[in-house]
Amino acid sequence: MSHLLLLVPFAAVLLLNVLPKRARVAGIWIAFGVLVLETAAAFIAKFGWVDLSALASLDQVFRFHLAPDGLSELLILCAGLVGMASLLVAWKTSHEVEERFTFANLVLIALVGINGIAMVHDLFSLYVFVEITAVATFILITTRRTGEHGIQAFEGAWKYILLSVVASVLMLLGIAFFFLSADGISLDAVRQALATGAPLAWVATTLFLCGLFVKGALVPFHGWLADAYTAAPAPVSVFMAGIVTKASGIFALLRLAQEALHGAAPGREILLVGGAVTIVIGALLALTQTNMKRMLAYSSISQMGYIVLALGGDLSLGILAAGFHFFNHAVSKSQLFANAAAIEKELGTLDMTQMGGLGSRMPVTAGTAAVASLSIAGLPPLAGFWSKLLIVLALWKAGEYSFAAVAILASLVTLAYFLVLQRNVFFGKREDRWAAVHETATGLLVPAVALAAVTIALGVGFPFALKVLLGGGA
Amino acid sequence: MIWFTILLVVLVLAALWASMATALLRATLGLALTSALLAVVMYALGATLAAVIELSVCAGLITVVLVSVTSLTQPRTFKEALAARRSRLRRFWPLPFVLLAAGIGLSFVRVPVDIVLKVPAADGDVRTVLWSLRQLDLFGQILILLAGVFGVLVLFRKEAK
Repeated sequence: MSHLLLLVPFAAVLLLNVLPKRARVAGIWIAFGVLVLETAAAFIAKFGWVDLSALASLDQVFRFHLAPDGLSELLILCAGLVGMASLLVAWKTSHEVEERFTFANLVLIALVGINGIAMVHDLFSLYVFVEITAVATFILITTRRTGEHGIQAFEGAWKYILLSVVASVLMLLGIAFFFLSADGISLDAVRQALATGAPLAWVATTLFLCGLFVKGALVPFHGWLADAYTAAPAPVSVFMAGIVTKASGIFALLRLAQEALHGAAPGREILLVGGAVTIVIGALLALTQTNMKRMLAYSSISQMGYIVLALGGDLSLGILAAGFHFFNHAVSKSQLFANAAAIEKELGTLDMTQMGGLGSRMPVTAGTAAVASLSIAGLPPLAGFWSKLLIVLALWKAGEYSFAAVAILASLVTLAYFLVLQRNVFFGKREDRWAAVHETATGLLVPAVALAAVTIALGVGFPFALKVLLGGGA
Repeated sequence: MIWFTILLVVLVLAALWASMATALLRATLGLALTSALLAVVMYALGATLAAVIELSVCAGLITVVLVSVTSLTQPRTFKEALAARRSRLRRFWPLPFVLLAAGIGLSFVRVPVDIVLKVPAADGDVRTVLWSLRQLDLFGQILILLAGVFGVLVLFRKEAK
């Protein structure tokens, strides 16, 4: 089935482009159908609901070296959920058929990249699929808006391209050094080279990690993210914040930590220090923002620091905690960006200094935003609480008490900036000019409500979720 | 050895030209020249397959794509081009000297650890490498080109508005 996860979105792109022009209106729903299949595939792979042995002959036609595992299922599930949410947001916020058609095509291309990242165990293939995702995203950022917004979008995409090129160079240099120091570039070969303590293998690892830090927008390589998220059209922000940055930077780090680094120094120290610095700087920067999307962007940086920090803790518990937080953050952050899309659609601005008292006018948006904010801040019994608890436990078990303390204290800062967001947007006195504002369209509420329900269900049903995660060998 | 050093110096100069040129077409030609010289270096080092791909894809196909896209843009006026060139020279004139100094400096550096480099595996048969060993990456390259096509369509549709 793993081949189909690459071939079906690719075939869908080809199909979309041979359809007559008048049928392009259906493009977004064809892409939605592919994403429904993608989400179902994660469950089919996990629970074995369908017998797919008949598809084994695909291996003889396509010699793709793919090896999906529990982590792959996690990323595939996240991509399916976030992709569906972003398409629904595009349906309600994009008014041109051509724009929605382009968005659907590029989401499908990015989906091939993300699915590839999920299933490969070879550094060069990993690099190729990271690049597919990145190239599709550069274009996604510039798909809409003319005038000043168009220039901002172009600037955001340009910054993303420039830093991505730096990341590519670092990753390729790392791969070149692995060619010289290891018996190949499979993650298994890399692990063996690192186990011998070969200095060149560690230089290669450091270069590759730096490349992934840029792709994942970890401090000090975070400069591009806030501009790209803020300048991108609403559905693109949902897609980028929910899955793109995580898949191309953070998931690759997860994979490397699980299969190659194995908790060895100095890789572990790089992850601990990089993660802690990213958490603190990201949270402090979020605290100072007045634009809602910008605040959410810096919050994303901070939360990705948590995932990286977990990888520096106890190996098995750390991978589990990082994977769980990865999923929680993908769901909650894409939901918050969907909330931001709803607010921007109704108010025409995301400047929080101009808002206030919207809770009574947009109760569903306010309620779902509160669920996601509190989950990311780590309040029980929401899903984010459990993943942060697992992160602290992973650090504690590894004897990293000071880093565990940083994780706990930074959660307070997270809570602080989300309370600021809630107060500025949904509480307080409402300005007269927003008196006529009403709840947004149902189509925009569907992704927000569905994702908030996932956050609540996963928090309340945590023992079951933990059992599933452990069963997947993540 | 001498000719190889000359080749590397010319390669760096071509790369600098590609980076510093203010006209898109000249930058593209600089990039094509850099790729072609890099292909020669690769061939000389025994990486035949890499040299063939570098020459055909980077120096060939990519140059054609870049020239095609450049033909869709509006050229700058003489005054604008002159101002851009002056501005770039003002900002980047130390770059060649920094590179030269760094190159000379690094040639005196002795790596303190005893690193034994492994010899990379031989290229093998091109068909085997592309169709059996790296078929997945080839599929990935197709997707990147497809995304690039969408990029051109999106950006130039906007320009047409």
